[in-house]
Amino acid sequence: MSLKAEAGPYFGDFGGRFVPESLVAALDELTNEYTLARSDPAFAAELMELHRTYTGRPSIITEVPRFAAHAGCARVILKREDLNHTGSHKINNVLGQALLTRRIGKTRVIAETGAGQHGVATATAAALFGLDCVVYMGEVDTERQALNVARMRLLGAEVVPVTTGSRTLKDAINDAMRDWVTNVENTNYIFGTVAGPHPFPAMVRDFQKIIGEEARQQVLDLTGRLPDAVTACVGGGSNAMGIFHAFLDDADVALYGYEAGGDGAETLRHAATITKGRPGILHGARSFLLQDEDGQTVESHSISAGLDYPGVGPEHSWLASIGRATYLPITDAEAMSALRLLSITEGIIPAIESAHALAGTLDLGKRLGSDATILVNLSGRGDKDMETAGRYFDLLDKGAAQL
Amino acid sequence: MTTTVSTVESTITLRRQQGGGALIGYLPVGFPTLSESIDAAVALVAGGVDILELGLPYSDPVMDGPVIQAATQQALANGFRLRHGIEAVAAITSQVDAPVLVMTYWNPIVQYGVERFADDLHLAGGAGLITPDLVPDDAADWFAASDRAGLDRVFLAAPSSSDDRLEQAVKASRGFVYAVSTMGITGARSDVDSAARVLIDRLRAVGSTSACVGLGISTPSQVREILGYADGAIVGSALVRALGDGGVPMVAALARDLAAGARDIRPAV
Repeated sequence: MSLKAEAGPYFGDFGGRFVPESLVAALDELTNEYTLARSDPAFAAELMELHRTYTGRPSIITEVPRFAAHAGCARVILKREDLNHTGSHKINNVLGQALLTRRIGKTRVIAETGAGQHGVATATAAALFGLDCVVYMGEVDTERQALNVARMRLLGAEVVPVTTGSRTLKDAINDAMRDWVTNVENTNYIFGTVAGPHPFPAMVRDFQKIIGEEARQQVLDLTGRLPDAVTACVGGGSNAMGIFHAFLDDADVALYGYEAGGDGAETLRHAATITKGRPGILHGARSFLLQDEDGQTVESHSISAGLDYPGVGPEHSWLASIGRATYLPITDAEAMSALRLLSITEGIIPAIESAHALAGTLDLGKRLGSDATILVNLSGRGDKDMETAGRYFDLLDKGAAQL
Repeated sequence: MTTTVSTVESTITLRRQQGGGALIGYLPVGFPTLSESIDAAVALVAGGVDILELGLPYSDPVMDGPVIQAATQQALANGFRLRHGIEAVAAITSQVDAPVLVMTYWNPIVQYGVERFADDLHLAGGAGLITPDLVPDDAADWFAASDRAGLDRVFLAAPSSSDDRLEQAVKASRGFVYAVSTMGITGARSDVDSAARVLIDRLRAVGSTSACVGLGISTPSQVREILGYADGAIVGSALVRALGDGGVPMVAALARDLAAGARDIRPAV
């Protein structure tokens, strides 16, 4: 059976809908409306027109030979989601869900955000569609991604710093769910990744799969064949599912997801959910999870706010469990080193999240050799990370290092 | 299905026959400490609470408002473990006769082992589980374990639930159906939503004989108002706040006030 045909609520043993009863009606409504929308040519046409005239799709691919020289001389091709309006792949999903919000007739949207990219994309779509917008963001993340907080506010959204728990993405999702339970009558929750209760994993995947569909054809046009491997970073996993999906049934194309290894997957400070976690339930779905013996969620750590999440989308857990995709950890240091390498060799500053995929590709290329072609999802640009990178590489003060 | 008589349900029925309804009191295990949480629960029953709802602290409690979040976060910081929940149930049921239900998010039970938890809870004298993030649709494991161990299972019903889902909740539940008074999370409210009355009517229409209202209830007059149409009233955040503010004496006093609101509403049957 086609792996691409899986549509939830379950992907193998993973997925489902573990939510308060109060949310079930809203999830049913969303499922029904989405089912209708996806078979409605007018919906698809409107979304494609928005992507063409607003997002800037199709996004290009860029071959990066100077970077590839450090990756065992394999051919390395970047899918440039960093060039999308708002600076990452997140806009692909948000425009789809914003159209759906209008179709359902709700006037207010809420979102969670980690790095702020999904929050910025949601605030952008809310401005475009005239919707009220509230974005929940962990207090820790509002500090390390202050520029994105300013962008959201400039776009007219209210940003709520979340002060409970670990004060990062997982707690932002908790507060967004509490808001949704309370305001579900007029509010749609625009979920940012392929996690959460059904229909979010399948729906977000469907809105992101355009990445892989475009890239698959673009690589065929450029090289005359499919890539040997496709790589992406994995936090919740939306950019990875987006680029993986078109290749799921291409058995000869290896799929690699790179998780945030933080200080090292062997330490306690990482966000390597599939590498180090075990199945459990968080935020409405059964999936791999960083948790203690009692099932309490363990706080994750990553230099990258967008990957700093102790859960992962259920479709990734399924792909890992059946061996279709491989998930490996990348440390903060490896990611930052790859970020600098792409900047210096190719003039492209990636998001720290995407730098995890680049770091993984450096290693993978050496293993696959110079005959291999690797397609990398460059899911976002690094503008938002300049403060973190500036501090990390000591670039900010007078007399700062010249790399 | 076992033919076990639910002590929760028989307690509720008795209170109805006596002309009032059941008062159900929530406290989290381990707040402010494990031993004080046990003492407080015992004091609730002494004060007139009919059924205890013991919450197991969890890292990601999406149905809970600020008061319960703060209390359970403190319990976790103090080193709460799931086995403390079982120990607390055993300690409480050895001192009082009131049925003890455990309120828990689902992942901790899955990690403990659904069957193992059911056995240990039964052995400790617990009556069953209230599961705020488990809907009957995804609860096959829990149906099997609760039937085998003879435990109650309390599912939630919401104002937004369809009639079909209400009927499913009624059929799936044993003990009572937890009617969510309003669209929202736990926490005291000055007005308990009129949606609660409509929801109870809708639950009756699909066959419920044991429906209790929770969320937002904090005063004796609210208890009295709700027991005018429902079988039980569930008070949580107000008790937790009292325990935090004034320890066991204050929570016991609030329990006595609330219990007074739960009696003599109608002539006894």
